[in-house]
Amino acid sequence: MIAIIDYGVGNLFSLKSSFSMIGAEAEVTDDSEKLQSADKIILPGVGAFSDAAEKLRESGMSELVKKLAGEGKPLLGICLGMQLLLDKSFEYGEYEGLGLISGNVRPIADVIPAGLKIPQIGWNALEFRKDSQLFRYIKNGDYVYFVHSYYAADCDDAVSAVTDYGAPLTASVEKGNVFGCQFHPEKSGEVGLNILRAFCEVS
Amino acid sequence: MITKRIIPCLDVRNGRVVKGINFENLGDVDSPVKLAEYYSRCGADELVFYDITASSDGRKLFTDILCETAKRVFIPLTVGGGINTVEDFDRVLKCGADKVSVNSGAIKNPSLVGEAAKLYGDQCVVISADVKRVNGVFTVFAKGGRENTGLEAIEWIKRCVGNGAGEVVLNSIDTDGVKKGFDLEMLDKVCNAVSVPVIASGGAGCAEDFITLFKTLPKVDAGLAASIFHFGEVNIRDLKTLMAENGIPARL
Repeated sequence: MIAIIDYGVGNLFSLKSSFSMIGAEAEVTDDSEKLQSADKIILPGVGAFSDAAEKLRESGMSELVKKLAGEGKPLLGICLGMQLLLDKSFEYGEYEGLGLISGNVRPIADVIPAGLKIPQIGWNALEFRKDSQLFRYIKNGDYVYFVHSYYAADCDDAVSAVTDYGAPLTASVEKGNVFGCQFHPEKSGEVGLNILRAFCEVS
Repeated sequence: MITKRIIPCLDVRNGRVVKGINFENLGDVDSPVKLAEYYSRCGADELVFYDITASSDGRKLFTDILCETAKRVFIPLTVGGGINTVEDFDRVLKCGADKVSVNSGAIKNPSLVGEAAKLYGDQCVVISADVKRVNGVFTVFAKGGRENTGLEAIEWIKRCVGNGAGEVVLNSIDTDGVKKGFDLEMLDKVCNAVSVPVIASGGAGCAEDFITLFKTLPKVDAGLAASIFHFGEVNIRDLKTLMAENGIPARL
């Protein structure tokens, strides 16, 4: 079973539906026992980093997610959920993340040329930077759907793909059993479903 | 490079798509779920469902089909029509909508955009404006284009974006239904006034109209249309290919 962590952030309807679509059993849950017994964990998230980090801590999920990831359970952070995997965010202040992947969350305005719209909303291409288990059913250059104003900076060799929005922005990260997608696989058509399918098969 | 989006819009009444839609390979289809699946397969980048129901029974049918669609179609879904309160946002978001577009509701209740943006994030709130020239002034109309609000359009749109609207759909009443191309003059003004994505609506009659739109106004992010897609006058797959041939970034 794949556990989609419900900590009061964002709309999980499509995410749950996308797993049903590919024939995987998924459950939206805030039950720590279910998370422990799950085969894999999804950390979703939309909105502001500080709110989400706070909610994750308050619900006790923060420590649990770190513990389970440390034990080797496959974990996929999506959008803000990916940003939460990093050390720190500089979105409206300075906030601690889970520190599962080293890197910092910074405004895309710092690196993209003036005149480009913020947030980046829409379909953009993936440029692979290394082999990733998540990419086994998709190809370099495939399009996925992004909505974000901040990006994962300083992730070094954890970056598995970037996307070109006037500058290369981190699109996905991977370190051992911990994965993250800045884009929304549950809104990226067949390509997105194929990424989730590959995550289901991570061992 | 981020691509220019192509967005079909489906008008839904009592759970069915309005207007007799006839695709060569689908026959007569009025199921919003089936059409959404069809468009998604053809390469549509996003879908807009517009609820034109007046009754509460119809509203229920609408959210039911929205749920069904969101279970099977995995591209962004925007919902509009009958959005007057934050509860309306909640109602459609729970059924799988990703963005909610407000029009008359924002005019009646000017704090709606701000409240919704605070609760659900800017990326979720789309301001949709029906605009017509009145004595040379771009003027906002409400109630499906029937009521002149007297609001000057550029200021109105800027105010909504300032309050947290994350995208703008600009529908030109002057070009809507004329099928001679998008309202480039009006779109240019709006694109220069706001820094969020702008979606052009009203006037597309053929694939070339989209090429002209994106070539003339590179700041426009997306093109929206209804009947030309529904009646098969423009095939989305062919349109995307034509865009790519013209150097316009498109998701093929």
